[in-house]
Amino acid sequence: MTFAVIWFILWGVLWTAYFILDGFDLGAGMLYPFLGKSEADRALIRRSVGPFWDGNEVWLLTAGGATFAAFPAVYATMFSSLYTALLLVLLALILRGVSLEFRAKGEGTAWRKTWDAGFAVGSLIQALLLGVAFGNIFRGLPIDPAGFHGTLSSLLNPYGLLTGLLFLSLFLVHGALWVALKTEGDLAGRAKALAGRIWLAAALLAVVFFIVTPFATPLLANYLVQPWWFAVPALALLALVLVQSYAGRGRVGRAFAASAATIGLVTATGLVGLYPSLLPSRLDPSSSLTVFNASSSPATLKIMTVVALIFVPLVIGYQVWVYRVFRAKISAREAEADVLY
Amino acid sequence: MDAVVGLSRLQFALTAMFHFIFVPLTLGLVWLVAWWEWKFVRTGDEKFLRMARFWGKLFLVNFALGVVTGIALEFQFGMNWAEYAKYVGDIFGAPLAIEATAAFFLESTFIGLWIFGWKKLSPKVHALSISLVAFGTALSALWICLANGWMQHPVGYALRNGRAEMTDFGALVFNGTGWLIFAHTLAAGFLTGGFFVMGVSAFHLLRKNEVPLFKASFRTAAAFALLASVLVIGTGDQQGVRVAKHQPAKFAAMEAQWETQAGAPYTVFSWPDRKNERNAFEVLKIPRGLSLMGFHSGSAVVKGLKDIPPEERPPILPTFLGFKLMVASGLLMVLLALVGWLKGKRGRLEAGSKYLRLMVWLIPLPYIAIQLGWVVTELGRQPWLVQGLMKTTEGASASLAPSQVLFSLLMFTLVYGALGVVDIYLMVKLSRKGPQPEGGRP
Repeated sequence: MTFAVIWFILWGVLWTAYFILDGFDLGAGMLYPFLGKSEADRALIRRSVGPFWDGNEVWLLTAGGATFAAFPAVYATMFSSLYTALLLVLLALILRGVSLEFRAKGEGTAWRKTWDAGFAVGSLIQALLLGVAFGNIFRGLPIDPAGFHGTLSSLLNPYGLLTGLLFLSLFLVHGALWVALKTEGDLAGRAKALAGRIWLAAALLAVVFFIVTPFATPLLANYLVQPWWFAVPALALLALVLVQSYAGRGRVGRAFAASAATIGLVTATGLVGLYPSLLPSRLDPSSSLTVFNASSSPATLKIMTVVALIFVPLVIGYQVWVYRVFRAKISAREAEADVLY
Repeated sequence: MDAVVGLSRLQFALTAMFHFIFVPLTLGLVWLVAWWEWKFVRTGDEKFLRMARFWGKLFLVNFALGVVTGIALEFQFGMNWAEYAKYVGDIFGAPLAIEATAAFFLESTFIGLWIFGWKKLSPKVHALSISLVAFGTALSALWICLANGWMQHPVGYALRNGRAEMTDFGALVFNGTGWLIFAHTLAAGFLTGGFFVMGVSAFHLLRKNEVPLFKASFRTAAAFALLASVLVIGTGDQQGVRVAKHQPAKFAAMEAQWETQAGAPYTVFSWPDRKNERNAFEVLKIPRGLSLMGFHSGSAVVKGLKDIPPEERPPILPTFLGFKLMVASGLLMVLLALVGWLKGKRGRLEAGSKYLRLMVWLIPLPYIAIQLGWVVTELGRQPWLVQGLMKTTEGASASLAPSQVLFSLLMFTLVYGALGVVDIYLMVKLSRKGPQPEGGRP
């Protein structure tokens, strides 16, 4: 196995980790105006994601940074082709990033409402557009050596939107289960009920996604060569079913784990089909950017592998520790205290 | 294509300069917050806890903006500078990826632990978490400065397969130019943190508000700023030597030196006249001063702008003015920090002090000096994107339309303008409000 192949796997792992981790805080952010009926509820929801969202988001930046270092041509083509879409992701990310901080440091109803909206809208745009971006990558981008031949509106094609909505709905379920897991009483109950309702939409979108994908994308080819890979989408569907089955029996922790697995396996379904491409071309397969024609030199990849082997386990170690520090359910008093600070 | 280059440059300048309003205070203030929290842990004196909390609150507002505006820069390397990213990504991408993995995770994870962990952690572990944030911010600055250092003085690469490929990772990591930029940036950040705390403390001391707390803050900050100002001058001097050696055009532009000259004098006041390739006036010359500054040798030959083809000269006036004003601000800050340190030592920080009033107004001074410093570093490198290797005009994304970049530039201007207003409002409000009353524990 060459370093370029290792880096394709690492690239996939970073994106998958990002979607699983940031997925729940993006979901909680989107649901924040709907679940947060009272000031106390809103404080609980903010507190449920407060210690984690920043660290989760770095997985996105690391996925981006790893793309730059390991596949510079992919980084250049992806970011310049999806220019306006990524600008919007960036602005959403900025809005979301400052909203929680600003909200905590100001006073007055209008001030709070503004940054509450910023947190929710930022989360929504970020979740939807990243899903749309991946839908378009699965489908193949209109690229050739001359560059990108699409527009922002051509990215909003039906398949791109379908993938965007699928990601969105999976994150919503994930976020609702997180809130249910971290809080108690009425809020936890409403969050669990809402997860169940959104799950129906997510399940419908997932079924449509799995039916449409073989026709709308070139992803099927790898599966036909090695049918064992069909286990990945099959497990994704199984995990999705388990989400509802666990949640229905009140096993919220397990339901959340199943929803994390669903997000991971849906992402993996796409990645398995993509290989060896990172950015397939719709115009001409030979213009696709692949592990073989778009990677960095073996020397660079070797160094980056060493860096990843040292730091990724370290990061996982201290992030797991932080999740353990905050593993308890949040009490209303605790959430209230943070508002004062 | 030209419009794309011009607009992309403008956008990068805008977003980088906006980002760098927040970075220096982050780099400096965090060490003071950590220092005070450790003092609380060691002495149990509630005053230090209140100091850590008060300055920590200001730190957090600033930190949030620094983080999100930094992401915009990483994105732009791919969005606006795709040709650059493709050409140098093999070597330039590595420090950015390492920054994210080794440093950004550390800061972002432990800042969450610090904000929400007051009652979950022992005092020591809590103080440790802000220390790790401090370490993370410095480590983050190191990798970014190594990336920038490579653009100023590219090393450890070979041109192969139509791009610059890494041949020597050690050369990239131990590039003296990068380390000096890092040391200078970090010291300037410490100076900013020191001046910020001195200025806000002065504001409260003038109003006789929380006098013991703000006296203690001022004294520590003044010592910190004094140490930092000496480091700023020292690292700045060393950088001058590197620039003279590796970027002679930048060095000549910084001093508006037109003629190649052995034993060149340093001119304190002058004004470049680009059209006639001379200075409109030159007042107060220090013999051999420029040769000493650039080469630490009085007889050394300084290359003049006339011996550099016009198309390879950087924009002279902004490089020149930026440098002169930065140096003047730097020297002034050494003096101000020294006065503050002496006054603090002698216990002369009383209401009615003209010095304290001045320090409130001078909070922006280190910020201005730092912005000017980056103008010199980045504009002074032009027309090169990577010194001697790739021109700025060659680096922009080929597939962009000017309208796309114009739109994003407008969006950045609007959003950043709004964020800037909110940030200043919050920082002023929180600074004026002062710390939580005693016993007011969350």
